[in-house]
Amino acid sequence: MAAIELRGLTKVYPGGVKALDSLDLMVPDGEFFALLGPSGCGKTTLLRTIAGLETATDGSVVIGERDVTGVQPGGRDVAMVFQDYALFPHMDVTDNIAYPLRIKKVAKATRAGRAREVGERLGLAHLMDRRPGQLSGGQQQRVALARVMATQAQAFLFDEPLSNLDARLRLEARTFLKKLQRELGVTTVFVTHDQAEALAMADRMAVMENGHIRQIGTPAEVFQRPANTFVAAFIGSTPMNLLEGVVRGERLEVAGCKLPVPASAEGRLSDGEQIVYGVRPEYMTYAAEPVEGAFGGRVAIVENLGAVHLVTLEVGGVLVQVVVPEGSEPAPGAEGFAVPRGDRALIYRDGNVV
Amino acid sequence: MTRFVLGRIGFYTLIAVLLAFFTVPLLWLAAAPFTSNPTYEVSLPDFTVANFAAILEHPYALGSLYNSLLLAVGTAVLVVLLAALAAYALSRVRLPGRDALLYALLLLSSIITGTAAMVPLFQLAVELDLIDSQLGLILILTGGLLPAAVFMLKDFMDSTPKSYEESARVFGASPLQIVGHVVVPLVRPGLATIAVWSIANVWGNFLMPYLLLSDIEKQPGAVIMFTLYTEGGQANLPLLSTFGLLYSVPVVLMYLFVSKKYGFRFHGGIKR
Repeated sequence: MAAIELRGLTKVYPGGVKALDSLDLMVPDGEFFALLGPSGCGKTTLLRTIAGLETATDGSVVIGERDVTGVQPGGRDVAMVFQDYALFPHMDVTDNIAYPLRIKKVAKATRAGRAREVGERLGLAHLMDRRPGQLSGGQQQRVALARVMATQAQAFLFDEPLSNLDARLRLEARTFLKKLQRELGVTTVFVTHDQAEALAMADRMAVMENGHIRQIGTPAEVFQRPANTFVAAFIGSTPMNLLEGVVRGERLEVAGCKLPVPASAEGRLSDGEQIVYGVRPEYMTYAAEPVEGAFGGRVAIVENLGAVHLVTLEVGGVLVQVVVPEGSEPAPGAEGFAVPRGDRALIYRDGNVV
Repeated sequence: MTRFVLGRIGFYTLIAVLLAFFTVPLLWLAAAPFTSNPTYEVSLPDFTVANFAAILEHPYALGSLYNSLLLAVGTAVLVVLLAALAAYALSRVRLPGRDALLYALLLLSSIITGTAAMVPLFQLAVELDLIDSQLGLILILTGGLLPAAVFMLKDFMDSTPKSYEESARVFGASPLQIVGHVVVPLVRPGLATIAVWSIANVWGNFLMPYLLLSDIEKQPGAVIMFTLYTEGGQANLPLLSTFGLLYSVPVVLMYLFVSKKYGFRFHGGIKR
């Protein structure tokens, strides 16, 4: 068990592409930490640099008080699950799980016993003699996890561990993985491009863009109070409403509507200032009758999301989305009003939250 | 409908003619050794084994098959070993001008074993004191086959995902362990292909041994076949056909064995 600390980590690829730009990050012992970002943001490079598969151009990687920046991957005492699992196709499940022990020169009988133990724990007992090619995607993933557990490493690194499973299985695997991490208590860093996955599984997460970390926090913090418009737009299964507006005295003028200043920004705005007003569709209530301090417009589209509906209002030439509980959704074309929650609406100035 | 039927008939007639064209020589090879007085025609054999007795009495026939085996296996072992190491390195390490180098080697190698290089190769062998030496011949044959083998194997290694090796690396495997535990088992079908291809190539090579070996006791089957003439200078058909059969059987057996044992299959383990 160990904490992972990155100090001023920089990675420049030959050809001048800067994948990581002077990153600082601290993952405490036992934490389940998510690296989230769009493809090409450097999250996988960051994970591979922690593993030692990429060498840092500058800065240092510290795992459990030990500076491992120049240490080979095998000497870092970390274990990694690859996106494609990388199970050895010519070995059966037992040999795959026992492979890290084989490298450590553990006796054959001992490592077979350990492999069986770990395999049983992950529900693989009846598959121990199969080859990876004879397993389903979910089973392969569990073998990959078992192999990592067998190492008893200080930290686990997962590269998109769920992206190769189909949608249904992914939800099950998500719960399974989080439970497993809780039980093992091993510091785990995982990479994902799926914000829902990061929110669901992580204790804390970092949102990355172009080699920079744009926000670090718990899923609740990142979801409720995105630090900038990039994070605001990236997090959430229904995108956040980000609307340009102007400060007019004690009120805001956004999309032609008069709105009160949200609690978070009270007393911190000056008259006539250009701002971006951000509010999640989930943090607004819908009304059919005119209400004070609300977006008023015409219902353009109603999307069924199951237990809720996503209603898109056309307000003064821009689109505003609001989530409405089932049963009370309006008909398209009707007049509607969306009231932002004052404690959840956010004001962005120059892209950063006020 | 009629057009379709006529088309089919025409198609299968063509196939039958083509098949016959390729089958007749094979039939001859199967029948002639068991015929007392074979001619160029395919005829029903009278199942004599006199021809085999005669070939056994030939002073160099069996020895030449052993020589063929020695040359072929020796060359194959060298080619597989060296090509695997080179292909792995070329596939995994980025070098400027790597592809150009490979293409140049491939192009030049077709000259090395070809007729164009006959004289310089002979000269070289004399200078290096490798003339009339089976080892020297193996080295020269290896040199000729290596570029194509490297080229083919590199392609094979390129298509093997890197994450297998990275996975082993993170578990702490040394480069040699990675090669032994992971890379070789993964590319085994490729290695088998190269081995078979090398053996078949050397087995059928006439020019190089003819040129570089002078002692008839060291000559392989392909050269000995060339000496199977009667006193009158005519082709000795009983001996030729019998020796031809013996000469081709090992290669056919090898193909069957390798394709059964390795074949081309991929076990999975990488989720695509």
